[in-house]
Amino acid sequence: MMLEALLLRAGPNATLVTLAALTLGFAAGVVGAFLFLRKRALVSDAIAHATLPGVGLAFLAMVALGGDGRLLAGLLLGAGLSALLGLGALQLLTRHTRLPEDAAIGAVLSVFYGLGIVILTLIQGLNTGHQAGLESFLLGSTAGMLRADALLIAGGGAVALALVGLMRRPLTMVAFDPGYATVMGLRPRLYDLALMVLTLGVVLIGLRVVGLILIVALLITPAVAARMWTDRVGVMALVAGAIGGAAGYLGAAVSAAVPGVPTGPVIVVLAFAGFVLSALFAPRRGLVVRLLQTRALRRRMRAA
Amino acid sequence: MSGPPRPDALSLRGLSVHYGVLPVLEQVEAHFAPGRMTAIIGPNGAGKSTLLKAALGLVPVAAGEVRFFGQPLAAARARIAYVPQRASVDWDFPVRAVDVVQMGLYRSLGLLGRRTAAHRAKAMECLERVGMQDYALRQIGALSGGQQQRVFLARALAQGAELFLLDEPFAGVDAATESAIVSVLQGLRDGGATVVAVHHDLSTVPAYFDRVLLLNRTAIAEGPVATAFTREALGRTYGGTLPMDPELAAQ
Repeated sequence: MMLEALLLRAGPNATLVTLAALTLGFAAGVVGAFLFLRKRALVSDAIAHATLPGVGLAFLAMVALGGDGRLLAGLLLGAGLSALLGLGALQLLTRHTRLPEDAAIGAVLSVFYGLGIVILTLIQGLNTGHQAGLESFLLGSTAGMLRADALLIAGGGAVALALVGLMRRPLTMVAFDPGYATVMGLRPRLYDLALMVLTLGVVLIGLRVVGLILIVALLITPAVAARMWTDRVGVMALVAGAIGGAAGYLGAAVSAAVPGVPTGPVIVVLAFAGFVLSALFAPRRGLVVRLLQTRALRRRMRAA
Repeated sequence: MSGPPRPDALSLRGLSVHYGVLPVLEQVEAHFAPGRMTAIIGPNGAGKSTLLKAALGLVPVAAGEVRFFGQPLAAARARIAYVPQRASVDWDFPVRAVDVVQMGLYRSLGLLGRRTAAHRAKAMECLERVGMQDYALRQIGALSGGQQQRVFLARALAQGAELFLLDEPFAGVDAATESAIVSVLQGLRDGGATVVAVHHDLSTVPAYFDRVLLLNRTAIAEGPVATAFTREALGRTYGGTLPMDPELAAQ
């Protein structure tokens, strides 16, 4: 079963889900690379946790309108609106209080997450009969994913990738030297906003597969691993995409083969394995090469 | 100098800048003539860096007017190059020297333009002008302070600008780099460009620069080194704690 899933032979639906996870992982890696370079990694965690109240409220709204309540596009719309509120709250806290950004992130993250859990618990008590599956937004699950869901995820990932490709130069210049970028006529605020929107997009399409608790790891781990391999932004973004994509693809295959395993944690553990391999074996920046260099240097000093 | 009169490369009229309620610059009047090399001089906290940043729209202006070549900033961006203080940059960033220089070509590339062999050749030529061609593929943080400063100068050269604004270009660089940078800047001036640099070392002012702007929250004196760079003006700028004697340095 595992081999079949890996070779995309586990049936058309499973194949589509695996490809969606691959696209998501690739998009998360590439967007995460720029997020990491702009030093905004933690903001993505606040965005992710701030989606939860929106998921619950969107479910309730859809049920109240007589719908199924589990329509992914509807849930993601609610999640997106709620995350935008979270981002707004973060902006207010950092601009108009003396809270440093990390404290503001912690506050927004925990309040929104707590509110979301309260709403989900209330929903569990309702008798709609359709609420099963909302918990999968916490840790992600590819089990029972619909064809339309997979297409939405893959399509969203492709759009995010195209947008980053379009904005790669200004995003790089703003992250490296915002003052100089401004003098060159770029507006750092505009590109920071674009980066936040891209991050929100990746978080949303990642909710179903990886879940809101761990999506931050899929954004950041591949970027940190990729930094080990290269001194070029473009190469780093592509390597991060490759690591994220591989983790998504393998994780979805494993979770298809082993029922009951939540997909998100598997994907994140695989991405972390990519980081460990990079930290150990990358040329120049890797631990092994640096140890060998130090030993060679010591030997030469002793011989001299 | 003959020919039609050219507008000042940069003129500031009544420029005031506040950080919160703290006034940093008050009613600064300054005019930087084209084709000249001007030092901005003053004690720490005098607002020298802020003056450049305010002119370039990097910090909000409370009052006053800024004109580049007689035009507002937005109309003149292509003619302006800026070399920020080295401290403003993330040194662990994954860019090599040649990538940094290519950032200077952004305005000619735009969002979608393809980087061609001509762009790469231009970047290499600019690295050569500052003597850094052998370090093109080094990561920016792996270079010494002086080498980094030369790379940032090469990035400014790549823009093909007419006005160069430099914020402490000689801070923390070795003597070889300092003389390399000075000769590039003087070459730019001799080619008709305007150079404005925040400068700290009073002893090198007469050797390096044509003009000075003495600044301490407001413009104290402005003009050719021979007439404006005097002991009396420096005394007013530095408030009695004069770091050196300008008349001795001039000899």
